[in-house]
Amino acid sequence: MNLNFNSPLFEVIRDEKKCVKCKVCVMECSNKVHSYDEKKDVFKTDDIKCVNCHRCVVLCPTRALIIKKYPLEFRENKNWSETTIKEIYKQSQTGGVLLSSMGNPNPFPIYWDKILLNASQVTNPSIDPLREPMETKVMIGRKPEKLEFDFNGKLITKMPPQVSLTMPIMFAAMSYGAISKNAHESLARAAEELGICCNTGEGGLNKDFYKYGKNTIVQVASGRFGVHKEYLDVGVAIEIKIGQGAKPGIGGHLPGRKVGEDVSATRMIPAGCDAISPAPHHDIYSIEDLRQLIFSLKEVTHYEKPIFVKIAAVHNAAAIASGVVRAGADAIVVDGFRGGTGAAPTRVRDNVGIPIGLALASIDQKLREEGIRNQISLLVAGSIRNSADVVKAIALGADAACIGTAALIAMGCHMCRTCTTGKCNWGIATQEPDLEKRLDPDIMYKRLVNLVSAWNHEIQEMLGGMGINAIDSLRGNRLMLRGIGLNERELEILGIKYAGE
Amino acid sequence: MLKEGELRIPSGCAISGIINKKGKRFSGEEIIKSIALMHERSNGLGGGFAAYGIYPKYKEFYAFHIFYDNLSIKTQVEDFLVKHFEIESAGNIPTKSVPNIKDQPLIWRYFVYPRIYMSKEEVIDEDEFTSRCVIKINKEYKSAYVFSSGKNMGAFKGVGYPEGVGEFFMLDRYEGYMWIAHGRFPTNTPGWWGGAHPFTMLNWSVVHNGEISSYDTNRRFVEMFGYKCTLQTDSEVITYLFDLLVRRHKMPMDKALKAVAAPFWDDIERESKEIQNELKSIRAVYSSALINGPFSIILGCQKGMIALNDRIKLRSMVAAEKGDRTYVASEESAIRIICDNPDRVWSPRGGEAVIALLEGKN
Repeated sequence: MNLNFNSPLFEVIRDEKKCVKCKVCVMECSNKVHSYDEKKDVFKTDDIKCVNCHRCVVLCPTRALIIKKYPLEFRENKNWSETTIKEIYKQSQTGGVLLSSMGNPNPFPIYWDKILLNASQVTNPSIDPLREPMETKVMIGRKPEKLEFDFNGKLITKMPPQVSLTMPIMFAAMSYGAISKNAHESLARAAEELGICCNTGEGGLNKDFYKYGKNTIVQVASGRFGVHKEYLDVGVAIEIKIGQGAKPGIGGHLPGRKVGEDVSATRMIPAGCDAISPAPHHDIYSIEDLRQLIFSLKEVTHYEKPIFVKIAAVHNAAAIASGVVRAGADAIVVDGFRGGTGAAPTRVRDNVGIPIGLALASIDQKLREEGIRNQISLLVAGSIRNSADVVKAIALGADAACIGTAALIAMGCHMCRTCTTGKCNWGIATQEPDLEKRLDPDIMYKRLVNLVSAWNHEIQEMLGGMGINAIDSLRGNRLMLRGIGLNERELEILGIKYAGE
Repeated sequence: MLKEGELRIPSGCAISGIINKKGKRFSGEEIIKSIALMHERSNGLGGGFAAYGIYPKYKEFYAFHIFYDNLSIKTQVEDFLVKHFEIESAGNIPTKSVPNIKDQPLIWRYFVYPRIYMSKEEVIDEDEFTSRCVIKINKEYKSAYVFSSGKNMGAFKGVGYPEGVGEFFMLDRYEGYMWIAHGRFPTNTPGWWGGAHPFTMLNWSVVHNGEISSYDTNRRFVEMFGYKCTLQTDSEVITYLFDLLVRRHKMPMDKALKAVAAPFWDDIERESKEIQNELKSIRAVYSSALINGPFSIILGCQKGMIALNDRIKLRSMVAAEKGDRTYVASEESAIRIICDNPDRVWSPRGGEAVIALLEGKN
């Protein structure tokens, strides 16, 4: 007997009075929730297939559809929640590791929401960004400890390579394979127009997008997919991916069905073959090995590109970051445990790693105690949800923030968190041509430009309010922050005072 | 009540500075007159002066001016001093009783020189050794405060209006080639004399009007290099910034000014390739040294006087020249009261420094 204990998560409700039977819902749903019975002239819905992606709801011309949480309830139990029970059903049925998509959704503290910003009153003036210059440009890269000048006052120090960003925001690493080609194109074009960077993730860079190289950070991950000389040369910086916030300590797995001809060519693997990134880099078993990889990449690119190292926010992130600086990296990217992912083992995603706010604060502080913070750029990722999160991250000590999930949402992601299925109705996390073409780069790149420009305006307003006219003066400026609803220990780690102090 | 150093007190201020570029000395009377004119810009909770060229007889020695809350701390600090320095001369700084100047601490002056073996052991130069000792005393001896530590110069400050403080220290009896003054309008009482301005460190002195919004960025930057901001005042952190850039990193002064009042990126783009490269490097490496928010500062150093406004001039500052003298003050009237018919009066643009150096000290 193959008994399936599962029940639907969502209920699709159709208002028959509003429905004009246009069948858009039937055509749009890749999960085949909707069907139309010609003979009986009725629509049927298979609730159990619904992932609540809103595709049918948004596209329904008469707004006849609503999706609700399925009203079936288990007998109340504070210990055994519905999710826990259903996960056991699933695992006992399949014998597999549970997989989840996108960042940790559980009710852990969100430190950005427990930090408040300052503004000027009387003793110094706030600055109006509409009337005065308001600089948000940042330079990412290694900085010498000091500059040296000759007797005539001429600069003799040669600066290491820098990546210049017009605003302190970048698109986070998302691989071609995990997301569609059109999504990648939208990100690259937006990055170019905004004067910021996107990041290839570990899937290589499609040759069609080499022209966006000046705005692309190319990633070298443990699987080395798509890594070759030309790829390294084309990017503006190279990122060594050690870990990812959503799955620290775990590698990646792109299922073979997502590896079509184009992904296969880009990743340099056979079509249809699973792309498995090992958990560690097999040439990095310690910090001194990381140094070798950093310098191999520098050598091969003639010391013209900054090398970033991306680590997941784990317990001893501060010490690791300090080691990464000493290993010669030009920038560190720290990814918090709320960071997105196409797929991660649920148990890892939900239980491994620490919140980005705490990791960032302790890394920045540690590097300062070591006297090396100024030598390196510090980037944060892992659920930066809005411009205020960016401002708070910079005031805690970051140089810039990377946005992944927010960028996907701008392109239509509705956070149904079923990227693993590869059936993304919005054309983002899919490689199926019919679905992918739903995402029009001409429209979506513009939405990304809109989003990031809007955030930049907001950042400028908040800076001006604090009486600051350059983002440089916000970095590490923790006096601009106050905590609310935090305990002493949290305040100490964040290095901020309590509201009212 | 918390005293200055334990909390951060926003303040408004009046500043004034005079230099004779030929090094000719004159009494403190003029600077008192100038700062007194701006009485309304202070509120009686802090005033002070820095005078350069006043100790020609002891010009080889570091002149320590120290506030003590009580005699027992004085004994402890003197033990420390004797261990680390040769003391050429010591005594209390003469003062006279002035109405409204009260609760003064013990105010002592020492002319000292680092004990050679001490600085040799640590393989650092005398300036570095002396500055580390000053930072150590100010950090570790709670009721003592070294408020002046330069050579052939001294700071004089206290709680009161600046003209009262000047009279209290009898500055009309000192002669110097450069005088810098400060009248303070703190929002709440600093509680002790060390909180008054100018702030000094070795030969640096800073008076400053404004509340910088980059304070914590600047503080955390200099603290990475071993400084300790015990007072939490803007002048303190600005002094450390200049000490770090100019003395320790050996940046030419004009480049250091480009770091603390950096040109806008848009303006940098308009420069020649070579200048662009230099300015971009300065902004990238010293971005945490950028002083942001409203300020006008007068910086005194061995070479002379430098005055600077923030990049978008959010604080008033006027400069004037007559003969060998350069004047800078928060208000033009404060210059005209001591200088009839200046040759030139101007309002320096935001981020554009007024540099008045002693002749032969470029």
